[in-house]
Amino acid sequence: MQIKTMATYAANGETPEILFWVGCAGSFDQRAQKITKAFATILEKTGVQFAILGKEESCTGDPARRAGNEFIFQMMAQNNIQLLNMYGVKKIVTACPHCFNILKNEYPALGGNYEVIHHTTFLQSLIDEGKIKMKEGGVFKGKKITYHDSCYLGRGNNIYEAPRKVLETLDAELVEMKRCRSKGLCCGAGGAQMFKEEEKGTTRINFERGQEAVDTGASVIAANCPFCMTMLTDGVKETGKEDTVKVLDIAELIAMNME
Amino acid sequence: MRIVQELLFIIAFGTAVYLFSTKVRQIRRNILLGRDEDLNDHPDLRWKNVLLLAFGQKKMFRNPLVAVLHFFVYAGFIIINLEILEIILDGIVGTHRLFVPVLGGLYPILISAFEVLAVLVTLGCAIFLVRRNILKIRRFMSRDLNGWPRSDANYILITEIVLMLLFLTMNTADQQMQLRGSEHYIATGNFLVSGSLASIFNNTPDGTLIAIERTCWWLHILGILAFLNYLPYSKHLHIILAFPNAYYARLEPMGEMENMPAVQREVQLMLQPELAANEPAPEGMPKFGAKDVFDLSWKNLLDAYSCTECGRCSAACPANITGKALSPRKIMMDTRDRAETVGRNINENGEFRDDGKTLLRDHITEEELRACTTCNACVQECPVSISPLDIIVQLRRHLVMEESSAPAEWTGMFSNIENNMAPWKFSMDDRDKWAEEMNQ
Repeated sequence: MQIKTMATYAANGETPEILFWVGCAGSFDQRAQKITKAFATILEKTGVQFAILGKEESCTGDPARRAGNEFIFQMMAQNNIQLLNMYGVKKIVTACPHCFNILKNEYPALGGNYEVIHHTTFLQSLIDEGKIKMKEGGVFKGKKITYHDSCYLGRGNNIYEAPRKVLETLDAELVEMKRCRSKGLCCGAGGAQMFKEEEKGTTRINFERGQEAVDTGASVIAANCPFCMTMLTDGVKETGKEDTVKVLDIAELIAMNME
Repeated sequence: MRIVQELLFIIAFGTAVYLFSTKVRQIRRNILLGRDEDLNDHPDLRWKNVLLLAFGQKKMFRNPLVAVLHFFVYAGFIIINLEILEIILDGIVGTHRLFVPVLGGLYPILISAFEVLAVLVTLGCAIFLVRRNILKIRRFMSRDLNGWPRSDANYILITEIVLMLLFLTMNTADQQMQLRGSEHYIATGNFLVSGSLASIFNNTPDGTLIAIERTCWWLHILGILAFLNYLPYSKHLHIILAFPNAYYARLEPMGEMENMPAVQREVQLMLQPELAANEPAPEGMPKFGAKDVFDLSWKNLLDAYSCTECGRCSAACPANITGKALSPRKIMMDTRDRAETVGRNINENGEFRDDGKTLLRDHITEEELRACTTCNACVQECPVSISPLDIIVQLRRHLVMEESSAPAEWTGMFSNIENNMAPWKFSMDDRDKWAEEMNQ
């Protein structure tokens, strides 16, 4: 498999169909790298022509902006926009709802106008187009899966159905947590919380959510965000169910179930 | 005697209207202490929000049972108040049931409908009192409400019940007097609720009955005028401000944070210094984020005055659920408290005289602000289109950009982003290591 960068495409005078915006977690976090690889594999298998920015990609500025540091956000965003505009990027797909939200909603004010798609929505369109063929029988057939709405995909951008439609193709039993869709409980990572200790409280947010997910009796918790992934994995560990309950990204689930 | 009553009524009514409009002007002035923000785009979408969120109470129906009860109280209270028009005219002109000759057969139908609503309002308020004081629902037990806010809620419910009972008692006495053919009590036809209750006054002498009817009439209208003047000091102000607040609600996706053009420009000049030549000199030092109510937008302050302290925001807040100090409801209550303090300061001094206090720290602590995950659950839940999150991020911006106050881990994260283009301390060269692994 050959993953090419925008620079390589540009050197050949070509533009790929989409830019896969990997994000910091997807690039550096060992667990999230697996999600990145799974999604790249799906793109490769379905024949989607894509590129990454590679070493040229920078943080979108999301955690800085949400922590209150607008200067660092603006520095990152303006540099990224300069780069994206230089490459003539039109369409971006990302596996991180934080990158998705900020690229889609907050970059336009700074002159960055792109069609931005979250990977769950992109997977749904690949499935609708018949490009993803599932294995006979299916790895998850008859298993219980519960889906965790990330805040920035759900409430932040009103995307509740696409990830669920993708999961339905797995032939598994989809069970909902009590707090789901617009009532979904945060994993505890947003607003730059990922990068600091929680404030003093009676419990951790990811313990609360992990317990709720485990209580559904599902053997798989489906996530759509690398930060939710970290938080929920720790949350499940806290319940002692980490051997029987796995937290997996929707891209990983599809990659495992694809022919 | 009649002229004395008319005079007394006109004085009471005039005083109530005067006091209310004075306080309303003060609140308007307080709201406009906030910085300017243009929220007049897309009037079609804004009116749609007024219809759905304010008139239709769409978000209340996330909990259907409570929504139906609340709808009774809301619809009942508004519709029954049509009756007040007649009461006020009667009071000024000295007539009794002025609209009977005008409306004819429609009159008893209308009053019957009002009476049914009055019963539903009473029932709704009674159930709400039980929910607040006996069922110990978490969001009503919260320490946010300790003291005045908890009493405020109960006073409102009790007042509404009393007003409805006065209205029904007045009509019942009236119906009995009509049955006796009293000349002054014009025949209206049967009222649905009070008509069937009229027999309880069968043995009451005329004089007593007239006294009951008149007392209820006076207490009812004086109660309403008093309640009108209670509103601006109470959480109950939402019955008015929910409407403009829905109109001015943000239309962008909830995930979108407001841009800061001042910072954008500054960074732009830093990255492209050649642009600086055409740059007009900045006027004074720009302020980043919000420390006090003056730095917030007027919409944030309208939000604060619209808040009815129901606590749906805090009940959905992940930080609050897990015992952190943050409560979005408290953020709104604090903002209103501070705006009121500033308003009183202006009333006393003619202009704001520095009192050495600010919204940040004197009301809202850093610990509360730090606990927010920006998950938007509070914004999602608010039935009257308030965004506590918008205030939280503005205060955070002040902390970080004006005071360089951030937890050590955040300071590290900032410098990682600045130096390594990622929030963690990884080498930029390793960003595509996963791809190199796959390419092998």
